[in-house]
Amino acid sequence: MAEIVVRSLSGWGRTAPSSARVLVDPTVEDIQRAVREPGSRGVIARGLGRSYGDPAQNAGGLVIDMTGYNRIHSLDADSGLAVVDAGISLDALMRAALPFGLWVPVLPGTRQVTIGGAIAADIHGKNHHSAGSFGNHVRSLELVTADGSVVTLTPDDELFWATVGGMGLTGIIVRATIALTHVESAYFVVDTDRTGDLDELMVLLTDGSDDRYDYSAAWFDAISTGPKLGRAVLTRGSLAKRDELPPKLRDAPLAFDAPQLLTAPNAFPNGLANRAIFGALSEAWYRKAPKCRRGEVQNLTNFYHPLDMVGQWNRAYGSRGFLQYQFVVPLGAQDSFHHIVSDIARSGHVSFLNVLKRFGEASQAPLSFPQPGWTITVDFPIRRGLAEFCDRLDEQVLDAGGRLYLAKESRTSASTVARMYPRIDEWRKIRAAADPDGIFASDLSRRLEL
Amino acid sequence: MIDAVGNPQSLLLLGGTSEIALATAQRYATRRPLRVILAARPSPRCDAAAERLVRIGATVMTLPFDAADTASHAATIEKAFADGDVDVTLVAFGLLGDQEKAWTDHRSAVELAQVNYVGAVSVGVLLADALRRQGHGALVALSSVAAERSRRANFVYGSTKAGLDAFYTGLTEALRPSGVKVSVIRPGFVHTKMTAGMKAAPLSVTPDQVAEVIVDAVANGREQSWAPGAMRYVMSALRHLPRPIFRRLPI
Repeated sequence: MAEIVVRSLSGWGRTAPSSARVLVDPTVEDIQRAVREPGSRGVIARGLGRSYGDPAQNAGGLVIDMTGYNRIHSLDADSGLAVVDAGISLDALMRAALPFGLWVPVLPGTRQVTIGGAIAADIHGKNHHSAGSFGNHVRSLELVTADGSVVTLTPDDELFWATVGGMGLTGIIVRATIALTHVESAYFVVDTDRTGDLDELMVLLTDGSDDRYDYSAAWFDAISTGPKLGRAVLTRGSLAKRDELPPKLRDAPLAFDAPQLLTAPNAFPNGLANRAIFGALSEAWYRKAPKCRRGEVQNLTNFYHPLDMVGQWNRAYGSRGFLQYQFVVPLGAQDSFHHIVSDIARSGHVSFLNVLKRFGEASQAPLSFPQPGWTITVDFPIRRGLAEFCDRLDEQVLDAGGRLYLAKESRTSASTVARMYPRIDEWRKIRAAADPDGIFASDLSRRLEL
Repeated sequence: MIDAVGNPQSLLLLGGTSEIALATAQRYATRRPLRVILAARPSPRCDAAAERLVRIGATVMTLPFDAADTASHAATIEKAFADGDVDVTLVAFGLLGDQEKAWTDHRSAVELAQVNYVGAVSVGVLLADALRRQGHGALVALSSVAAERSRRANFVYGSTKAGLDAFYTGLTEALRPSGVKVSVIRPGFVHTKMTAGMKAAPLSVTPDQVAEVIVDAVANGREQSWAPGAMRYVMSALRHLPRPIFRRLPI
């Protein structure tokens, strides 16, 4: 039964909470009714709350909790098409699809995101350079629009592409058809390279070798400066064919076991994320990686989702929370990129969970984040001076022709985002036609004037 | 909305000509585009304050506001929220009065209590309601270290701030489930027009230093802050001094 409860909601970064009425366990009819009576502060959908900032919050308004709306309607082993409710997690879809030799084509750093959220943020994974972003694999979607009707959209509709990457502001995604990929195993054949500095890493990512792998991303040291600046561990791989597996794995190549070993308690003090601890962690992480290793078989957790082993790991940053800063700058902007990495390392703001990747082609969605270029993700604990430092980073990213990822964004200004997304007016026009009264609203849309 | 690092988009100043209020607006306006609602008694000083904020890039609306006229408060607060969300609200009005007159002259005493305490409670109730409906926001009240222990030299003023302090401290708890953050700020001696000509006490601060404490309190969700920060420990000690000793202190 659907019910409404009042909750304080925040994103994964646990910053800027706000209070909203939350509609739990709704049917499509409940969602339609809610959209027809939106109240003065509008409606937004919320999935598993893995966006770092405020896109799935709606202070004083209505938030529709989609996680109970999570059925798989059909799964076609031949065509690979899956018809699913928007509230299902990528984890659940993956577990259901794998026995049929089907693979979720785009996986972000966690499987704990919903299909609706994956579309709304047009998420990407380590295989962006070979597979594009999530929207590229959506064949159709059903959207509850501002008038309360359910429309079916395909990639031929402009509203489809405004919804992909549209941060939930075009309507409530209730169902989608996803084209899954055929695979022979759930294991990766992985090559690891440890680089002494950033330049060495950039060479590996641009010498053409990246194209031999479907998946590629690097962890880099965002604390060491000087000759160790940007030293990295690059892991690249592709899904293994059955005959590439060692004999003992060949019997059950599609077996998938991803345990959550523990849940972090909500008892971490602020300030643990400091230079001493993160510096030591970075050093250890770097040293434990092999200098060069070829053809290692790894499972999804080893290769892709080590953090999924710890539930609620965001609590380790304490009550003040943290923010994730992810940007992309074009391939040609290597110098600016180098400069930004250097500024981060020297800033005194420490980050351990750092990812560097080369993106492939952009999607046609006007607000989609990835574009051909260099992307970096860093996590900063909230502390004095961070606001000003991130503002300076924004300027550098803008000057280099880059942009920030809205699913991670929690602190930039409306004008900065407008300059970063040159097609924002095109998106606004489509959205205004679909939702003339601005029924769909979130803390993010108010903050960034979307 | 207030973002992850504490930048608001809009600010309501009740007692908009207060130097602390203006210094706070100035700090916020230099970081992000800021909409300021300046609620104060119409006066050339109010106009000058508005102009000053416009000059640094803020969008300013002024509202006539009289702290002692509680009957008008509901309409004023409604107008303040009419053009959209208000992220940070600052209760910054207050009178210092003349202490000797304040405890001997009936009218002076009542006026101090009316403005500093009754006025603050009046707007506090209305702001709490507006912010609760909005589902987010910060409510900052300017208390004083004088609220923590009354002393011979300014106990009438101190008593009004003690009332305000207790009210907003309680409001902090009452609003906790609603997503609204309340911060009570306790400055020591502040160099302003209100204290001009008075002998500065130790650990005195400028309005801008108090503004810094306010910005920090909002950004970090601090429910009680002192300006300067060290005053917290000084007051903690003073609160526990036996009266015969406290009475003899040259403060």
